[in-house]
Amino acid sequence: MSNPAGRPLSPHLSIWKWGPAMAVSIAHRISGIGLATVGAVVLVWWLCALAGGASAYGSFAECASTWYGRVVLIGLTWAFLQHMFSGIRHFVLDIGAGYELQSNKTGSILVFVFSILITAALWAWLLLGKGA
Amino acid sequence: MASGTQLGQVRGLGSAKHGAEHWIKHRYTAVANLVLMLWLVISLVLLPNYSFATMQLWLSQPMTIVPLALLILSVFSHFKMGLQVFIEDYVHDEGLKFASLFALTAYTWGLGAFALFYLAKIAFTGTPN
Repeated sequence: MSNPAGRPLSPHLSIWKWGPAMAVSIAHRISGIGLATVGAVVLVWWLCALAGGASAYGSFAECASTWYGRVVLIGLTWAFLQHMFSGIRHFVLDIGAGYELQSNKTGSILVFVFSILITAALWAWLLLGKGA
Repeated sequence: MASGTQLGQVRGLGSAKHGAEHWIKHRYTAVANLVLMLWLVISLVLLPNYSFATMQLWLSQPMTIVPLALLILSVFSHFKMGLQVFIEDYVHDEGLKFASLFALTAYTWGLGAFALFYLAKIAFTGTPN
């Protein structure tokens, strides 16, 4: 696209002041991209391993239980929860609610709080409670 | 038409009448994803363990295979729409944008086809021991 006048193009990343609403917006995109790339590939690898049988699933499970496997899975869990709570926030905004400065800010912060707390709780339960 | 700012060139032309379609489909698939992903995460968390035997039993039920197939369709179409918006927002070079959108389409359909194939294999031939 030619832009002869040098006018700013959306989304003006360079001129925004960082705040909870901007952080949750960009985190929505980053988590979405992570889920669409790493998440989708891991999902298909998991299905491929299950379709392949016990030894293929064994290799997947072994890889998933290494420290880097854990980092990827915990990261994907956070990305999913972040994207989900942020998506629910978008549904609220879509119906025209939650634009007041204070409630918008509170909602944005809550998205981060919920996604981090539930990721931690889920993995604490999986690793310590179930010994997975 | 050729002169003036970009805004000036399009002002008064009205909408292309397709603006809301992408947006509303993104929301429909978001609602489906919410339900199906919560089902998947809760189902996996509630499994007693993650041994192959447990997964075999879980995958032998229609109530596992069918939601998984719907999840693939909904999640893949949702992320294709999302990444399309991302590319359109940040890739301003026309050639690179075209190539990126083409790569996105190939990636989504290619990976999605593999996902559905493995699911169908599990559903119709079972998981080999």
